[in-house]
This record gives sequence, C-alpha cells and structure tokens, in this order.
Amino acid sequence: MANLKDTCAIVGIGETKFGTLPGATNTSLNIEACKMAIEDSGLTKDDVDGLLGQKAYFEPTFLWSTLLGDRMGLSLKYTADLDLGGATPVAMVQHAIMAINAGLCSVVVCTFGEAMRSHGRQQGWTYMLRTREFEEPFGLLMPTHAYSLACRRHMYEYGTTSEQLGAIAIACRKHASMNDNAQQRKPLTMKDYLDSRMFADPFRLLDICQVTDGGAAVVVTSVERARDLKHAPVYISGMGNGHTGVGVGWFPSMTTTGAGESAKMAFEMAGLVPGDIDVAEIYDCFTYTVLVTLEDYGFCKKGEGGPFVEGGRIELGAELPVNTHGGLLSQGHVDGMNHITEAVKQLRGDCGRRQVKGAEIAVVSGNGGDLSIHTTLVLRR
Amino acid sequence: MAEYKKPLPVLDSDTAEFWESCKRHELLIQRCDQCKSLRYPPRSICPKCFSLNARWDKVSGRGEVYSFTVARVPLSPEWIPDIPYVIGVIQLNEGVRIVSNIVGCKLEDIKIGMTVEVTFDDVTDNISLPKFKPVP
Repeated sequence: MANLKDTCAIVGIGETKFGTLPGATNTSLNIEACKMAIEDSGLTKDDVDGLLGQKAYFEPTFLWSTLLGDRMGLSLKYTADLDLGGATPVAMVQHAIMAINAGLCSVVVCTFGEAMRSHGRQQGWTYMLRTREFEEPFGLLMPTHAYSLACRRHMYEYGTTSEQLGAIAIACRKHASMNDNAQQRKPLTMKDYLDSRMFADPFRLLDICQVTDGGAAVVVTSVERARDLKHAPVYISGMGNGHTGVGVGWFPSMTTTGAGESAKMAFEMAGLVPGDIDVAEIYDCFTYTVLVTLEDYGFCKKGEGGPFVEGGRIELGAELPVNTHGGLLSQGHVDGMNHITEAVKQLRGDCGRRQVKGAEIAVVSGNGGDLSIHTTLVLRR
Repeated sequence: MAEYKKPLPVLDSDTAEFWESCKRHELLIQRCDQCKSLRYPPRSICPKCFSLNARWDKVSGRGEVYSFTVARVPLSPEWIPDIPYVIGVIQLNEGVRIVSNIVGCKLEDIKIGMTVEVTFDDVTDNISLPKFKPVP
C-alpha cells in the first residue's frame, strides 16, 4: 500500500451558523460552508479542482456535488458523492488524499450541509428505508431504536449504566457551553440527564444528537501546496476504515464495531498509539456511540468504556478531552464534518476558552448507518 | 380489514418464501445447500461460502431475547396506537437472530435471556408478522 502518511493537509475550514435557520437550504448551507473554507485557506475558487459532497439525508437531487460545483463556478477535475452516512465526512478527506496523490487534482473541498431542522420533514423525513422488510414492519424505524438495542446489550454484557451514558452528554454540553456556535449551551447536571424523557430505553432524549440546520467544509491539498498558505497546515497522518455490517440485530457481536479495525489502520499509518492523542473528536449520534468507539479505539479495554467516561475524564483539562466543540449531541448534527473542523481548530490553537493546551495530535472518528461503517483520521499540527 | 398504514414487507424472489410461510403460521429460515449454515435475513447468496443454492428449513420458533428496546415516541401518526411497543432481537435456538416485537407480557417483565416463542400477527389478509411472546 502506498504510504499516504503526511502527504496531505487540511488548510481551510468553514462552519456556518448551526441551529434553526429558516431561510437556509441544503444547497445554500453547502455553498456558504465551502466559501468560508476556501477563503479560510487563502486559496481562491479558481484553485479548487476537486469537490466531494454527500447528499443531505432527504435531498432528492441527482448529481449533487456536480450541481454544487456548477453553482459555485468551480472547474472540477474530480468530483463524487459519497454515501456512508455519518462516516462520510471523514471518508471524503480520505478520498481527497487518494485523488491528490494519484495526480487527479490538487485542491479538494469536502462539504456537508443540511437544512434538516427547518425542512427535514417536508423533504420526507419519515421512513429511512433501512433493511426495510425485516426491521420496519416491527417498528425499528430510526437509528435511535437500533443503537438503543446495541446499548442495552452492552449494559447486559458489561454492566454499563445510565449515569455513564449521562457523563458523555454532560461532557459534550460542558464543551458546547464554551462554543458560541453551539445549538445547546446550557450546562447539564446528572439530574437533568436522568430526568429527560425516555425515548427508546435505555436512551433518553439527552442521549440523542441535535437536529440541525448547518453546514461545514474543509479544504485538503498536498503538503507542498500547503506550506505557504494562510494557516499552518494540519497534517493528515493516518486514516482507516472498518465495517461492522448492516442491521444491528445480526451483527456477530452487537457490542464490538468496525471502529477497532479502522483505528488500528489509522494509528499504524501514523505510527502512533491511543496514548499519544491529545484531543478526540468522536462521532456521537448517541452517547453510546462515543462509549463503544472509545473502547474499540483502544483508549480503554472492551467493556470498560463506562468507567472510562466517568468522573469528568473526557472533559477539558482531564485525561482525554472528547468532543471539545460539543459534538453532535450539543453543538449540532452536521454529520461529523464539525468534528473535523473542530480538530483543525484545536491543532491551530484557535479554540479560546475550550482550547486543549498544547494540543498536537487529534483523532477524528466517523460512524455511519446503525454502527455499520466506521472511518478514522489521525491529524497533527 | 381496516386499512393497515404501517410499513409492510414487499415480497421479492429472495423473501417471498419467508413471508408466505409466515402466512401459514410457520417460521422458515434459509439454509445454504453447500455449507449448511443458516442465514437471516433472506438473500440470494450465502455470506459464508458464496453458494447461490439454498433451501428453507422449518425452525422451532423458540429462542431467547438477545436485546430489546421500548419505543416510547412515535415516528409518525400510524405508530401512535402502538406506543409503547417493544422492539426485540430474538436469538433463535437454531442460532440466527431475528428483529421482531416482544408481545404478550408487561414491559417490566422483559429481560435479556428470557425464553420466547413465535406468535403470528395477521396484520393484513396477505401478511402475517412473526412476533415473539414469553413461553409460559
């Protein structure tokens, strides 16, 4: 395998406002995020020759990224839509690295934007067309249902508790309280968590991510090109993928995911181990996703994710700061593109009150489907 | 029968045998003709040995609860009358797991490891859903 370690860097990031944005559309949010990311890099739109996108979940448009490129007046040599659910933004960066190293293009913008909060239902946000006839007739209709099945099994096998899930929600909210671009900024107590409405046992409302209007984008280019741009480059040192399967009920193990293989590949490429990580931006569609990912990544042993997240250990200033932006749980659900932009901000030292002091190495996880597919990036400054 | 508004399976060449057996109140699971492994959900190929040849075996319909959740918030109006309902993963005694509903018992009595057996819910004239109830 070609060694792609440190061949490319993230040189620009963009984040629209997150929250309720009634006038916004899937298209406008992507375009705004792309413009911000390109301007942040110091490049111009005429330097961009690659564009990777992901259709918003209920966006019907054909040729999505091609359309975005056309609307922005980009001259593209490389474009594609990727479809890996919440694993997609991290996968876009991986595809960008491959395309740049293959010589297909030199500057790739990776983008995701979605007006889910304001327009999701009008766009047909009901049935997800999952493993349709063997789940939906029985009312397994939402990711919340699927992940709660996995979480319940984890509780049974390892004694994980609701309070441990709550510690993840509380940590994310604490970090979001220091982020002006977060949807939910009011700090949470354990009582708030435990009192929140039961949604699908063992998941309460506060185990579930936000529904967001928002967009985020990053610009990837070669390290040579990155050298004299506006910001110090954030190098991409490792990348990995791991697949669990489709249909949580049928996974050989319901409590171990493809995250393990994904992280192993990424850490090996980077020549690093979990102990080297200063800050972790872990995909958090649900609290449980963080817990199982931390285990599978090797930050703790299998089954010990519950004790690991307790006692503020994943909060700023502690052993492993996780989701310093507030994550999908509190900052907003931009499919995890915001996990990449946050990692870049941390490695640039631009996070103000929520800055992890001296952060040099970050890990970012992506997770798609019902724990179906996992992607990883290891970034360094 | 009143109009049924919740999602129904669409029978195709991979799945018709399964749903037709349910209509007869029998639970059939696909078995690979080559390596003899059982698989679920039905599909055209064996994920273990890649054989395209399979047959259908009648199974006991008994198993245990592998995991479950209680859906307390409806996705859309057609689910409101069912709330709260239990989505369960049932591990059949033959080894395969099925996503289904656990019915016929109190929510607080459901436990992982509980023994259950299939019961067929005739939701339309053509479709019967295999659900699971505690073994008395």
